[in-house]
Amino acid sequence: MKSRIQHKVSRRDFLKAGLLGGGALVGAAAATRGQRSGAIVHPAGHHPDGDHGDVGTVGDVDLSRFDPSVFMSTFDGGRETVGSGGRTLREWEVIGIEKDIEVAPGIWFPAWTYNGQVPGPTFRCREGDLLRIRFTNGTTHPHTIHFHGIHPPSMDGVTPNVHPGESFTYEFEARPFGLHLYHCHTMPLKRHIHKGLYGAFIIDPPQGRPPAREFVMVMNAFDTNLDGANEVYAVNTVGFHHMRHPIPVRVGEPIRVYLVNLTEFDPVNSFHLHAGMFRLYKTGTQLEVFEFTDTVTMGQGERHVLEFTLEHPGQYMFHAHQSEFAELGWMGVFEATQEAT
Amino acid sequence: MSASLSARNRLGNALMWIMPLVVLGLMVWAFLAGDPLRLARRGLPPVENLAIQRIEAVPGALRVEILNAGAAPATIAQVAVDDAYWSFEAEPSTTLPRLGSTTVSIPYPWVRSEPVTVTLITSTGLTFTRTLDLAVEVPRPGGREFLTYGLLGVYVGIVPVGLGMLWLPALRRLGRRGMGAVLALTVGLLVFLLIDTMLEALELAAEIPGTFQGTALVLFAALITWLGIMAVGRSGRGRTAAPPSALFVAGLIALGIGLHNFGEGLAIGAAFALGEAALGSFLVVGFTLHNITEGVGIAAPLTREPARVRTLIGLVLLAGFPAVLGAWLGGFAFSPLLAAVFLGIGAGAIWQVIVEVGGLLRRQAESAGESPVNMVNLAGFLLGLAVMYLTAFLVK
Repeated sequence: MKSRIQHKVSRRDFLKAGLLGGGALVGAAAATRGQRSGAIVHPAGHHPDGDHGDVGTVGDVDLSRFDPSVFMSTFDGGRETVGSGGRTLREWEVIGIEKDIEVAPGIWFPAWTYNGQVPGPTFRCREGDLLRIRFTNGTTHPHTIHFHGIHPPSMDGVTPNVHPGESFTYEFEARPFGLHLYHCHTMPLKRHIHKGLYGAFIIDPPQGRPPAREFVMVMNAFDTNLDGANEVYAVNTVGFHHMRHPIPVRVGEPIRVYLVNLTEFDPVNSFHLHAGMFRLYKTGTQLEVFEFTDTVTMGQGERHVLEFTLEHPGQYMFHAHQSEFAELGWMGVFEATQEAT
Repeated sequence: MSASLSARNRLGNALMWIMPLVVLGLMVWAFLAGDPLRLARRGLPPVENLAIQRIEAVPGALRVEILNAGAAPATIAQVAVDDAYWSFEAEPSTTLPRLGSTTVSIPYPWVRSEPVTVTLITSTGLTFTRTLDLAVEVPRPGGREFLTYGLLGVYVGIVPVGLGMLWLPALRRLGRRGMGAVLALTVGLLVFLLIDTMLEALELAAEIPGTFQGTALVLFAALITWLGIMAVGRSGRGRTAAPPSALFVAGLIALGIGLHNFGEGLAIGAAFALGEAALGSFLVVGFTLHNITEGVGIAAPLTREPARVRTLIGLVLLAGFPAVLGAWLGGFAFSPLLAAVFLGIGAGAIWQVIVEVGGLLRRQAESAGESPVNMVNLAGFLLGLAVMYLTAFLVK
């Protein structure tokens, strides 16, 4: 008989070279973790649209391992001492750790991490501080920490590679003020970044910024089947987290978002705020508003400071304006209330 | 004394049979307990292989049938439709043991006549994707659908075979040579069907999860059918080794073609039900034309023998009705595994039919003192192949 049956079994090739029929290998996460059945679980904070189910993942991640809601408000100033001439010295211990992380409910990714978390800790300091970051590599591959900003090339974290079991101390002055980032710069770069070795690096202006509720949002994504394209998109690792757990804010309070794009594979990512507009400070290196808008599109490694207030109570969605990224996890909501939160 | 000896013999006999099994049991136990492969396996990730067997579009939802064709249990962590994660439920469970199956239901506003792609993502992040080329609502076994699919089978099977048989009176007027040519044409037709059926069976077999060894299954089905039909044919004729009657050969041809048409009906029913073929009248008419030669083939051995109309109708139904059954089964409960096996059976049957028709052709030629391979017969054979090949253009 003829090829009347044309099933297109277009599985994303994981190992293009081999394994005909689609069997494939992937990183070390165990095959059976968690088990669900029964009723449809709708993502929290969002209501099903008639009979048509809803976009989103089913269930929730183990928040005791990593909670994006906690991460986004956590700033790490290191161990602070006053050095010679009254200058502030900040010191951090960073350890490279291989760890399976849950990037969406039930989906485990064999990550490379700074201090066991993806993104790594958000380092925060003030312009002019002396920074000392001691990196110890506890993984099985060489890594580095490459900071963006102005510093001597010897402290740039491209060389030397820090081999397994070795340590290296990066030491430089924090400048210029703005929103920066850090990531591993060992080759192959693409793999060392998308496996999870990155984070946000905030240098405050000498006079500081006006008081506000501050959040770090690192836009990232995960290629779970290692085919060179991402399966899960998010801010701060967990897809749809802020759909299940809206970010509580107060009506009228100043909000500041430190937004960093560390998405691999896709050249651009973006941030779009619903029912509001934000003041955009590009790279955060100047205190003048660059633009008043509701959408900003960013290349890999770009980062901006966003400031806004929400004027009415209710849920304000935010997401990548690439609809594909949004529906693969990169969306969330602010929940604005009148009461103190 | 002798009684106890024979009892001892019986015990010894039993021990001889059991001994290898006992040793085997010990070896298996030792291997599993000791796990000597654990060093070789260290750090190797699990190989997951989920086969999406079927996607059905039902009102407001997609139903996805999944089989775990991998060596280890696998867990479906999330489900995406057209690159968007979507709520779903799994029955009985999201975790599938080896060779276990589950049905995932996704409430989803699929768009009629557009493709829809379902991706399963496992706990280890592997993805398994399948596309429904054309989303149309899968028919439920209701009265109207039964009639529609039955009619489809009638036009693909019964109508063309019946029309082909209408040539019988004309064939009866043919001379001996013309008669040989028609038998040769039948062989050509059957050879085409054999190759076509086998290729289709192997194509389906390739889709079946490796554990079921689809290709071997198809070949075994063909082999067993061939041997079975041969055995039945020989036992009916007894030891006289008399050549089979023309009616017997005609019946055999009808059976072989019927098995082929069953497979054809299965595929057509499944393709239409799953929206993988446009339900075009042109396609159905194409099948009618394509299969009309089958009727000529069944009529060919009967040109020299009287046959009652009732018998002829019986032959038409034997060859054509399986298409109706196939269309029903394919439309309402298609399984690639079942379809491949049936096509294998069809191929085996057709092979034996070729042997029988070839024998008939040979005996007729030899009784006239000619070689069965003469120019007229060759022309008939090639014409049979050509007609099948060219009319297949209408349905490819």
